Amino acid sequence: MPLTPMQTLASIAVMAAVTFLTRALPFLLFDRGDHPPKLVLYLGRVLPPAVIAMLIVYCLKGVTFTALGGWVPPLIAGLAAVLLHLWKGNDLISIFGATVLYMVLVQGVFG
Amino acid sequence: MNRKTLAAAFPLTVPVLMGYLAIGIAFGLMLQSIGYGVGWALLMSATIYAGSGQYLGVSLLAAGAPLTQVAFLTLMVNFRHLVYGLSMLEKFRGMGLRKFYMIFSLTDETYALLSSAQAPEGVDEHDFFFTVALLDQSYWVLGSAIGSLLGSALGFDTTGVDFAMTALFLVIAVGQWKAAGSHLPALLGGAATLVSLLLVGADDMLLPALAIIVIALTLLRPRLEDRHEREEEKTCP
Repeated sequence: MPLTPMQTLASIAVMAAVTFLTRALPFLLFDRGDHPPKLVLYLGRVLPPAVIAMLIVYCLKGVTFTALGGWVPPLIAGLAAVLLHLWKGNDLISIFGATVLYMVLVQGVFG
Repeated sequence: MNRKTLAAAFPLTVPVLMGYLAIGIAFGLMLQSIGYGVGWALLMSATIYAGSGQYLGVSLLAAGAPLTQVAFLTLMVNFRHLVYGLSMLEKFRGMGLRKFYMIFSLTDETYALLSSAQAPEGVDEHDFFFTVALLDQSYWVLGSAIGSLLGSALGFDTTGVDFAMTALFLVIAVGQWKAAGSHLPALLGGAATLVSLLLVGADDMLLPALAIIVIALTLLRPRLEDRHEREEEKTCP
């Protein structure tokens, strides 16, 4: 917990305000029947996959290659998430299965 | 909200109930593992209410990120909501004050339910939408609280629970990959972030990565837009 309670509250308030803003913006701008600019529609369509790919790399930034324990658990659990999802297509199974597998790997096998 | 509306809305939301309890529990556990208890989990889930946004929020709080970075990253991770709102303009019209809540609670899952759901005979459509949205958020808040309490009560080793965030993003990516006309945006996003990680390091990697992504996608627009339009023509002859 590097932040004080007040700093934490401020961070949460910013997250809440910005999240609401992203949801409200289309209603603020286009609720009177105006057509959204094409560039906005285009970015709204192509940005999400790019941002999700970015966040996956961001999540894996701590991976190291000096020891097996640094890269094998995220590789196996990541593959498990993808394969489970291709197989069952159920968010719950994919996320929980991969997370439990990862926890077992880092705490037990490579712990 | 009457009993008939609730009876119509609840079955529709059962898949979200399962999903939100699971992802909410993982969120509560993650937040607990960096030292924030159930009050904080409830506060975040009540006021922010965004799955990937709150997962990212945990790592921002853990890193003590400055507010500008919090704002910018929250904006980017939630950018897709812009598209959701665009397709709900008509549906939410005439909902009065409840419209504020509908906009606030427009998560991926609620959007998915509302974009296809029809209110059954004899149930007011706006009551129905509102009930679906409210039920969904109650599952999310409940899941976060359960996760947080589990984390503190059982005191079991939560090392590695943060992988839930990676798994969530991977699952979203698989869905997007299957639906996408072009895989270029996803590949570009991954590559730009790797380059940024190698150039500026793990602490400051996200802002340069985002800048590269937005600029590159804007420059690639003629190419990607063209392909998109050709596909649209193919699907509607």
